[in-house]
Amino acid sequence: MKAKNNSDNKGMSLIVKTVTRIFVGLILLYGIYIVLHGHVSPGGGFAGGFIIALSYILFMLAFGKEEILKRIPERMISILESLGVIMFLVIALLGFSGGYFFYNWLPKGMPFKLLSAGTIPISNVALALLEVSLGLFGIFLVLVLLKFAPKKDLEKDEE
Amino acid sequence: MKLIPLFIILPLGAAFLLSLSGKRKGAFCDIFSNAITLLLFIISLITLYNTNTQILPLIYKVGGWAPPIGIPLVVDSLTAFMLLIVNFISFMINLYSVNYMEKFTAKSKFYTLFLLMVGGMNGVVISGDIFNLFVFFELASIASYALVAFGSRAEEMEASFKYMAMSAMGSLFILLGIVFLYSNASTLNMAHLSEVISNQGINKTVIFSSILFILGFGIKSAIVPFHAWLADAHPAAPAPISAMLSGILIKSLGIYSLCRIFYNVLGVTTSFLSLLMFLGAVSIIVGGLLALGQSDLKRMLAYSSISQVGYIILGLGIGTPMAILGALFHLFNHSIFKSLLFLNSGAVEYATGTRDLEKLGGLREKMPITANTSLIASMGISGIPPFNGFFSKLLIIFACIKSGYIGYGIWAIIGSVLTISYFMKFQKSAFFGPAPKELESTREVPFLMQTSMVILSIVCIFSGVIILPKFGNYFTEPAKNVLAQGKDYKDMILKVTNEK
Repeated sequence: MKAKNNSDNKGMSLIVKTVTRIFVGLILLYGIYIVLHGHVSPGGGFAGGFIIALSYILFMLAFGKEEILKRIPERMISILESLGVIMFLVIALLGFSGGYFFYNWLPKGMPFKLLSAGTIPISNVALALLEVSLGLFGIFLVLVLLKFAPKKDLEKDEE
Repeated sequence: MKLIPLFIILPLGAAFLLSLSGKRKGAFCDIFSNAITLLLFIISLITLYNTNTQILPLIYKVGGWAPPIGIPLVVDSLTAFMLLIVNFISFMINLYSVNYMEKFTAKSKFYTLFLLMVGGMNGVVISGDIFNLFVFFELASIASYALVAFGSRAEEMEASFKYMAMSAMGSLFILLGIVFLYSNASTLNMAHLSEVISNQGINKTVIFSSILFILGFGIKSAIVPFHAWLADAHPAAPAPISAMLSGILIKSLGIYSLCRIFYNVLGVTTSFLSLLMFLGAVSIIVGGLLALGQSDLKRMLAYSSISQVGYIILGLGIGTPMAILGALFHLFNHSIFKSLLFLNSGAVEYATGTRDLEKLGGLREKMPITANTSLIASMGISGIPPFNGFFSKLLIIFACIKSGYIGYGIWAIIGSVLTISYFMKFQKSAFFGPAPKELESTREVPFLMQTSMVILSIVCIFSGVIILPKFGNYFTEPAKNVLAQGKDYKDMILKVTNEK
């Protein structure tokens, strides 16, 4: 993620933007690392997804919401989030091929290797990259974007 | 057997497929979500049949893992009983929402949240693992917070926030109780938990977590000292959601979980039973008196729910087989007639634009179907003889007198008199008398709303027959046996798990 110009008024100061530009990729990478190694080391889908969401939020705080919404539109967030859940459910449903819901039907491989543990890494990816990261980011966006004044009852009657 | 996980897969999968469809209007969302709830209803009927043909409970091992490690889904007669109620009522309400929710935007979002709530309730009922029960409990609760605020007016936001604050406290109490039990017993599986606790005896940790469970599930089932959220949340929510909350949410999340954990896992003690009896009797009277003074129709029905839940709690507190049977029968009846009454109140609001009893009147000629179905439901809830409510209240009061709690029996009778009086007020001021000028152009509500109200009222008339052993033996009787067997539940479950 790279913002084109540092000089416009949106977002925070030049120092913050520069530091963010260096670090945001690293944070994202670290989040992905936690997700992919979820089955062999501490961490996993939720923790990794949270770190990924933090990288989006940092980017948004530094560069302003227009920059991030250009890259990930709101509609896309909601679609990808639903897709994440459906992907997770499909993995669980494929377990019926082994006779049980959520059955781990892929070959398990060697313990402590990256490619092991059957369906668990795939579930982690579905959960983290799509569901948790975008879900938390979506909640943050809603809190920031939604200028929401509850309608008064009188106005509703006039309508 | 293979059908059991469908209770969770179908609503959750359908919810997220619907949220993919976006804000698109049209028949797709209506047909799809109604088809899902109809399918769930049919599966719950098949499940009820299956549990009746088998003596031992059905257990589904998720992921193929054996129970102490894996998460089992357990279907015994009580579960099948609750599943049938939850899925039948949610199908009826979904049918009703097709027309009712037209005036709101984003119908697909409504269905998404609705199906999430149904999935959560099914999960609570079906789970054989106490932490998994909590997860589904939260799923249903969070969906219901959003649904209460669905109209997004100031009053609805406030009600939803109040509901969320109180309910989150309840959830935290339950989580803390589970933490203490887990630290004590090192297992979360209900049957194994029960076994460990009965081996080591009741110690202080178990007593403390029992208190936390009473607080948490008490808030969810709106027993009197914990009832404050209900009277705000019910009037603020759209009518189908009020019906869901009152009809099944407080029962599956509150009463079912309370019974399951206390009767089958921790084991009931006399002090717990007398506490339940006391809380039940207080709920009957306080709810009834508060309902009497309301002029807002839905607020009156909400207080009435507190009063009727009091009967169920009183019956469970007496704890004899007859009282438990009465309580479960009243649970079924209340979910039928209270959701019907909330749907009626929604129909009145839909047609006239108000639910203030003082502004209504003379709707009997204008809206014959709403008037007649609400008359049936009112007679059912007040306990007029041929209707279902009479038999369940009779069983509870008989059980009170038989076990020597004559005082509680008298309170229950006074509560019944209160019920008749506020429902007479409702009937008189809404449907009889002269119609005010503003209401002269009122017309009957659309067809699908009528259909679901008529079906519910037919069930309301004929479900009195469950009192007869010929019908009750397939429905309430086995469910009662599950609770009456108490801690033998664990032996049944462990027998099935060890066999395989």
